[in-house]
Amino acid sequence: MTELKLPSIDYAALAPILIMLGAALLGVLVEAFVPRRLRNVVQLGLALVAMLAAIVMVILNADDRLITVGGAIAIDGPTLFLQGAILVLAVMALLLVGERTVERGGAFVAHAAVTAESAEDRRQAEGVGGATEVYPLMSFAIGGMLIFVAANDLLTMFIALEVFSLPLYLLCALARRRRLLSQEAALKYFMLGAYASAFFLFGVALIYGFTSGIPGRGAGVDFATVHAAVTESPSSPVLLFAGMALLAIGLLFKAAAAPFHVWTPDVYQGAPTPITGFMAACTKVAAFGALLRVFHVAFAGASWDFTPVLGAIAVLTMLVGAVLAVTQTDIKRLLAYSSIANAGYLLVGVLAPSREGLSGTMFYLAAYGFSVLAAFAVVTLVRDADGEATHLSRWAGLGRRSPFFAAIFTFILLAFAGIPLTSGFTSKFAVFGPALEANQAWLVIAGVLTSMVLAFPYLRVVVMMWLSEPGESTPTVTVPGALTSAALVIGVLATLVLGVVPGPLLDLTTGAAEFVR
Amino acid sequence: MVEQILTIAQSEPAEAVTFATADGMLGTVWLLVAIPLVSAAILLLLGKRADRWGHWLGVGAIGAAFVLGLTYFLQLRGLENKQVELSLWDFMAVGDLRVDFGLLFDPLAAVFVLLITGVGFLIHLYAVEYMAHDAGRRLFFAYFNLFVAAMLLLVLGNNYVMLYFGWEGVGLASYLLISFWYGRPSAATAGKKAFLMNRVGDAGLAIGIFIMFAMLGTTQYDEVFNGVGSLTSTTVLVLGLLLLLGAAGKSGQFPLQAWLPDAMEGPTPVSALIHAATMVTAGVYLIARSNAIFSANETLQLVVVSVGALTLLMGCIIGAAKDDIKRVLAWSTVSQIGYMFLGVGLGGGAYALAIVHLLAHGFFKANMFLGAGSVMHGMNDQVDIRRFGGLSKYMKVTWLTFMMGWLAIIGMFPFSGYFSKEPIIVAAFEREGWTAWLFGMAALLGAGLTAFYMTRLFVLTFHGPKRWTEDIEHPHESPKLMTVPLILLAVGSVGAGFLLATSVPDWLSATNGLAAESGEHAPVLAHWLLTALSLLVTVLGAGLAWFLFRAGTATEPQPAGVVVTAARRNLYTDAFNEAVFEKPGIFLTRALVFLDNRGVDGLVNGLAAAVGGGSGRLRRLQTGFVRSYATSILTGALLVVAAFLAVQAGWLA
Repeated sequence: MTELKLPSIDYAALAPILIMLGAALLGVLVEAFVPRRLRNVVQLGLALVAMLAAIVMVILNADDRLITVGGAIAIDGPTLFLQGAILVLAVMALLLVGERTVERGGAFVAHAAVTAESAEDRRQAEGVGGATEVYPLMSFAIGGMLIFVAANDLLTMFIALEVFSLPLYLLCALARRRRLLSQEAALKYFMLGAYASAFFLFGVALIYGFTSGIPGRGAGVDFATVHAAVTESPSSPVLLFAGMALLAIGLLFKAAAAPFHVWTPDVYQGAPTPITGFMAACTKVAAFGALLRVFHVAFAGASWDFTPVLGAIAVLTMLVGAVLAVTQTDIKRLLAYSSIANAGYLLVGVLAPSREGLSGTMFYLAAYGFSVLAAFAVVTLVRDADGEATHLSRWAGLGRRSPFFAAIFTFILLAFAGIPLTSGFTSKFAVFGPALEANQAWLVIAGVLTSMVLAFPYLRVVVMMWLSEPGESTPTVTVPGALTSAALVIGVLATLVLGVVPGPLLDLTTGAAEFVR
Repeated sequence: MVEQILTIAQSEPAEAVTFATADGMLGTVWLLVAIPLVSAAILLLLGKRADRWGHWLGVGAIGAAFVLGLTYFLQLRGLENKQVELSLWDFMAVGDLRVDFGLLFDPLAAVFVLLITGVGFLIHLYAVEYMAHDAGRRLFFAYFNLFVAAMLLLVLGNNYVMLYFGWEGVGLASYLLISFWYGRPSAATAGKKAFLMNRVGDAGLAIGIFIMFAMLGTTQYDEVFNGVGSLTSTTVLVLGLLLLLGAAGKSGQFPLQAWLPDAMEGPTPVSALIHAATMVTAGVYLIARSNAIFSANETLQLVVVSVGALTLLMGCIIGAAKDDIKRVLAWSTVSQIGYMFLGVGLGGGAYALAIVHLLAHGFFKANMFLGAGSVMHGMNDQVDIRRFGGLSKYMKVTWLTFMMGWLAIIGMFPFSGYFSKEPIIVAAFEREGWTAWLFGMAALLGAGLTAFYMTRLFVLTFHGPKRWTEDIEHPHESPKLMTVPLILLAVGSVGAGFLLATSVPDWLSATNGLAAESGEHAPVLAHWLLTALSLLVTVLGAGLAWFLFRAGTATEPQPAGVVVTAARRNLYTDAFNEAVFEKPGIFLTRALVFLDNRGVDGLVNGLAAAVGGGSGRLRRLQTGFVRSYATSILTGALLVVAAFLAVQAGWLA
C-alpha cells in the first residue's frame, strides 16, 4: 500500500473561490438560525462582503502565475481577470437581486413550494418578503464560476460546471410573478443543461482515451497532458476530434451559441430579471473563460482543425441571434437573442489565435457584462400593477413618460449596436481587429453584416420609445431604489467610459492575456 | 552687402525657399486672426444682449487688427529674411499627412493684411450708419468680423490646408452675407448661386491640394515650392489648372464669373468689402502665392493670361449694358480682376504689378461701392442708373469722392489706376511673338471700354437731367459716419497709386518668386507710345460716353442690336450654364432618384423583407417544447461531430 501523497495547495491563490464557497455555506446557516425579518439584510450583507473580499483577494493575487492543487487549478492572468470580471459583475447583479423597493418584497417568490396560481400564491405576490435562499445560491454559483475559469483539467471543469449550473437552475424558478413561466424555464434549463453536461462528460471520456499511450506520460485529462497528446498521442485522432466536438458542445451550450442556444430565449424570459442579468453577464464570462482555456491551452495544437468548425458555428450564431431578434415582441427575449448574437462575436475573438484575440475577448466579456446588466436593470423598472411590462408594445412612448430612463436605455441599446463612444464599439473593434490580422476576414464580414441586421431591432425599440405617442397601456418607470440605482450607474458609466477611454482596461487585459500551462 | 547677396539669390530661380521663425513681437501674429474671431463669437453668442453696442465691438476689433497689422508690418521691415513663420500646433496628423497650424507673415501677406484690415475698418465704420436701421445689425457685424478673421487666416496660413481653411471660411461668410436679407427670394437665390459656383472652384482647389500631398507628401508652402522642380510638367499643369479653377471660382473669373454680379443682393458694405476689395482677390493671392507652380509651366501661364484677358473683356462688355449701379460696379470688378489675372499670368515682374493693381483696386472700388451705397441711401434704395441724374448738386461729398474713384478706375493720370493698370498693359505687350499683340490689344481695348462704361455710370448718376421716380423729392447727403470713410478712401484712390507703384514691387521682392526679373525684353511697341495709347483710348472711351449720355437716357429698356442684347444677358453665359449644366443636372438627379427609389431602396427593402420573413419562419422553430429543443441540440451535436471528423479526415479545409 503506497502512502497517499497530498498535493500542495496555495490557499492564498484559491482565496476568492474559498471565500465565495464559504460565504455560501455560511448563508445556509444563516437561513437556519437567523430570524426571518433579519435574514434579508444579513444575507445581502454577507454576500456583498464576501464578494468584495474576493475582489480584494483577486487584486492582491494579481501577479500570481501558478498551478496548484495538484494541477487542478491554474491561477494566471486570464483566470484572475475573468474572476475579477465575474465578481464585479456579480456585485452588480447582487444589487439587483437585493432590491426590495421597486417591488414590495423583491423579485423573488416568498416560498418556492407554494403552488403557482393558487390563492396562497396570489397572497405572497402581494408583498411578502422574498426567499432569502437566493443569496447562498448565488454565492455557490459564483464560487462555481470562479473554479470554472480557473480549472486546469477537464474533470475539475466539469464539477465546476455543475456547481454553478445547479444553483442557477433553482434561481430561475424563483420569480415572484408569472411563476408557471418561471418554473417552466427552470425545468427546461435543467433538462437541457443536464443533456449538455452529458455531452461534455462523454467528450472528457473520449479525450481521456485519446491521451493514453503517450510515451513517458500517463493518461489524464489535465490540460498539459491533453496538450501533449494532441501532437504526440499514438491513438486514433477520431477520439480527439469526437472528444473535442463533444466538449465544445457542452461549453457552447452554456455560452448560448447556435444551434445550442435554444434554451436561451425561454429561460431569459422566464427567469427573474435580476437572475437573467446575472446569467447574461456572469455565465457568459465563465463559459467563454472556459472555452478560451480549453481551446487556447489544451487544444492549441489543433487550431487549424477546430477553427473552421467553430467559425461556422460563430457565423451561424450571429445569424440566428440577429435575424431572430428582428421579430421579437418581448424585451427580455429580444435581449436574449442579442446575447446569442454577442456569443457569436465573442467566438470570433476566441478563434483569433493571438494575445490580442485573447485580450480582446476578455475586454468584450467585461464590457458586454456591464451593458447587459444595466439593460436588465432598466427592464426591472418598467412595470405596471402586474409586475414588469416586458411586451414591446408596452414600451411605446416611454420616452415621453420617462425621458431619463428611456435615454439611459437608448444609450445602452446604442452600445449594443456598436455605436462609437460606447463600449459596444470598442469591444467589437477589440475582437474583430485580431480576427482580421489572423486572416479570418470572413468572420469579421459576417460580424459586421449581422451587426447591421441587429441594429434594426435595437433602433426599433428606440424609435418606439421616442417617436410613438404614449398609449393608455404605457407603464410608468418605477423610481429605482438605491441598490438598482447603484447597479445602473455602474453599468452606464462603464459602458460610457469603456467607449471613450478603453485604454486602461485594454492594457489590463493585454497584460493578463497569457495562460500558464 | 546683404542686399547684394539677396539680389543674387533672387535672380537664381532654383534657390530654396526658407522661412525664418517668428519671434518677439511677430510671435503674436496669431492675434490678427484671433481678435476678429473672438469678436464674432461674442456677437454671435451674446445674442440680443449685444444689440446696443455690438457694432462698435465689431468696428473696434478690426481697428485693433489694423493697428496690430501695421506694427507687424513695421517689424518686418527691419528683418533680413522677411518671411517669418509661426507654427502654433499640429493641425492634422494622420498617417503620413502632417499639417501644421501655422502662420506665415511675409511681404505678400503683410500688404494683404493691411488692405483687409485698413479698408475693412473704413467699411465697418461706414456700415455702422448704413445698417443703423436694420434689426439685424449685430448679426451683420458678427458675420462681417467672421469674414475678416477667415480672410486673414487665408492670407496668413503657411500651408495650403490653412489657406483652404480660410478659403472655406470666407466662402461661408460670403454666403451668409449675400443672403443676409434672406427674406428676399432674390437674395436667397443669389447666396445659393454663389455657394454652388464656389463649390466648383473649391473642389478644384481641394483636389489640387490632394495632388500636392500625393506627389510631394506635404502641403507646407516652403516644401511644396522647393519640390515643384521634381514634378513632371504634366503634373504641374494639372495641379496649376486645378488651383486656377479654385482661383477662378473665388475671384469670379471665366468660366465661374456668373455668381459675382448676383452677389450684389447683399448689403452694400458687403459688396464693397467682400465682393470688390478683398475676398474676390483671393484668387489673385493664390496664384501669386503659388508663383513657383505657375512659373514652372508656360502652358499654364498662357491659360491664366487667356482667362484674365477673356474675363476682362467680358466684364467690360457686359458692364456697358447694365443699368443697375451695383451690377455695373460688379462687372467692373470682374473685369479689373481679369487685369490682375492677366498680370499674374504674365509672371516674372508682373506678379508685383498685379498685386499693386489689386491694392489700388481695393481702394477705389470700395470707394465707389460705398459711394453707390450712399446714393442708394439718399434715393430710397433705388439702384437703376436710368432713374438717377443730376445728383452732383445734392450729394456733394458722394459726387466728389465717386469722381476720384471713377478717374482712378479708368486709369486717368495721376490717379491710382493709371499707375497700376498701365504697367500691366505694357507688360502684356512684353510677351514674345504674336501673343504680345493679342493680349496687349485686349488689355488696351479693355482700358477703352472701362473708360466708356464707367463714364456712362458716372454721368448718368451724377449729371444730366433728373430722372427720379416720383416718390423722391429731395435727395439727401449721407451722414458723417458714411462720408468720412468715403473721403479717406477717395484720398487713397488719388494718392495711393503713385505710392504703391513705386514702393510695393520692391517690398514684395522679399517674398520668394515675386522679385522683378532684370533684363526683361522690350515691349513690341515703345513704352512711351503704349502710355500715350492707353491714355488716348481712355479719353476716347470717356469722351464717347460723355457725348452719348450727358443728356440722360431713356428710363425704359430700348431695343438694341445683337451685341448689346447679348451683353444685357451676360453674353448668354447664364443661358449656357443652364443648358449645359443645370438641365442635364436636373435630369441626372431625377434619374438617380428613380434609381435610388427603385434600385437601391428596392434592394434594401427586399433584403429587409427577406430578413423579416426569415426571422418569422425561424421563430416557429422556437416551439417552447423541450423535446424539440433537445432534438435541435442533438442535430447540432451530430453535425458538429461530423464536421470535426470530416476536418480530421481531410474532407473539409
